[in-house]
Amino acid sequence: MRLTVNGEEHELHGLVTLGELLAAMNVSTQRLAVELNGEVLNPDQYETTKLSEGDRLELVRFVGGG
Amino acid sequence: MIRIQLNERSLTLAEGTPLSQLRADAMPDADVVIYNGHQIAEDVTLLDGDQVVLWRKGRQPSREELEALLVARHTPEVHRRVKNATVGIAGLGGLGSAVAVALARTGVGRLKLVDYDVVEPSNINRQQYFLDQLGRPKAEALAETLARINPFTVVEPTVLLIDEENIFPTLAGCDVLVECFDDPATKAMFVRVAAPLTPVVAASGMAGYGTANEIHTRRAMKNLILVGDETSEAQPGRGLMAPRVGVVAHHQANAVLRLLLGEEP
Repeated sequence: MRLTVNGEEHELHGLVTLGELLAAMNVSTQRLAVELNGEVLNPDQYETTKLSEGDRLELVRFVGGG
Repeated sequence: MIRIQLNERSLTLAEGTPLSQLRADAMPDADVVIYNGHQIAEDVTLLDGDQVVLWRKGRQPSREELEALLVARHTPEVHRRVKNATVGIAGLGGLGSAVAVALARTGVGRLKLVDYDVVEPSNINRQQYFLDQLGRPKAEALAETLARINPFTVVEPTVLLIDEENIFPTLAGCDVLVECFDDPATKAMFVRVAAPLTPVVAASGMAGYGTANEIHTRRAMKNLILVGDETSEAQPGRGLMAPRVGVVAHHQANAVLRLLLGEEP
């Protein structure tokens, strides 16, 4: 399955949900904002959101300071 | 005949009137001459639609004259557009206080300011507060400072800890929201809740004294403009300091201005 993540194309094998992708990337969801095909997702949607061929995913990871 | 603006008042002049003649007639002792947002010394022939500000340094302006003078260096048309805008600033630390000062100087019509905290000594190294404001709620202290800079910006301060439920009752009706929190989880939460409804300018990565040239502005999502180097986290041994935090804050303020003027940040 081919996805675009933060503007770069990735080939993924064996991953079905966004939650599985985030776990595989070892990303903390607390500091994360996710946009899938132009829609910002709620964290409680991550586990159940199925990824599909051609999806465009934007992951923004925040670091502290302000 | 041509129609120009002199100190924000409409004026009809004969075609071909030189700026020097307008100055001689209207304010012969003027030592500040601003022509279409640019301070000039040379003479020009005035054209229809020109904006001219004449001033004598040291004179105390009337309230009407003051507003024209405060925005005299703006490019014409910018003032009218920003004056009709409302901007919400969430978090009033090093980012939010500097964003608010920049936007008030720019003449943004209405600013909504939200922060739950009070001014304390460790804020002064980078935040736009003063020692005589220690212990005061930041939202109120900053509102007072902004009134001293530009009394024509309407400021609505709210002392409140922002959470998922109160973002929109508090910051409803804003054209742009500026995320200026310190805590990364709060930053992410604010973007998740606000970006589906309103353009958000957020910040990530500004600690330390690495080169400021790594700080950038980019559209990270459909409704999210992200500013920062995206990596430099505040941590022991890498603190937050006025220069880099100020660079990020001013990137944010410029992104807000560009959004208000219909430009891609």
